[in-house]
Amino acid sequence: MTEILEPQTFRVTRADLVRYAGASGDFNPIHWSERIATGVGLPGVIAHGMFTMALVGRAVTTWAGAADAVKEFSVRFARPVPVPDTDEGTEIVVTATVKEVTEDGETRLALTATCNGDKVLSLAQALVRKR
Amino acid sequence: MPLDQTFVGRTWPPTETYLVGREKIREFARAIGATDAEYHDPEAARAIGYPDVVAPPTFPVAITMAASRQVINDPGLGLDYSRVVHGDQRFAYTRPVVAGDALVCVNSVDEITTRGGHWFITTRTEVRTEAGEPVVTVWSKLVQRGEEHS
Repeated sequence: MTEILEPQTFRVTRADLVRYAGASGDFNPIHWSERIATGVGLPGVIAHGMFTMALVGRAVTTWAGAADAVKEFSVRFARPVPVPDTDEGTEIVVTATVKEVTEDGETRLALTATCNGDKVLSLAQALVRKR
Repeated sequence: MPLDQTFVGRTWPPTETYLVGREKIREFARAIGATDAEYHDPEAARAIGYPDVVAPPTFPVAITMAASRQVINDPGLGLDYSRVVHGDQRFAYTRPVVAGDALVCVNSVDEITTRGGHWFITTRTEVRTEAGEPVVTVWSKLVQRGEEHS
């Protein structure tokens, strides 16, 4: 039977996007300017895809029980994560199922991330070595 | 604008060395809300076998995104960055990045395809130490949206 891991929820506000922009060096204005985001056809300011992936990475290392557990990690960005200019921002919910435990003890996780019920990633998976 | 498919298979010279700072790793970890001790405390990192604080799994993109401008800003490629969105991202780690690493990036283009008026380019960045020790391989697929959809 497939093991399903406990879902993890992350809150994302505009302030988080500003912090992530500075830390990552990705200053694309669609992640902080409503005017520019809507000007290119987006619903509003959206989270960096790599910020969403970083939150999924937090979930993965928590499940694995080790900060250095991740051997492979891949995602496809299926749809944007709009982040409203409110104190609450939005929420990303990350879930995982164990797909496989390899002969040398590594665990393959199939991952999902949703925002307002929409899948924002597809084909997301990680290979981890638990401590 | 079509992309120049002769870029597939091309490899660029190694980028200048990126010196990974302890405070940069801590800043990145704080920005994503990652509180694991190994990201912040050198002693905790040493306890699991690393010389200094360990970077979270997606940290390498802070290095490779800048490095891959070498490819995507090449005027010969024909990429219109104002119409680009991030498609796929993949990491394969030999070991985590740690503070004190002196890293160089070698960029290649793995694939260029087109479908439905959109163009897709996959770059691969091999991240190694100055001494040539492999650390992580990073693949990014960028999507240049067709003009009718922009």
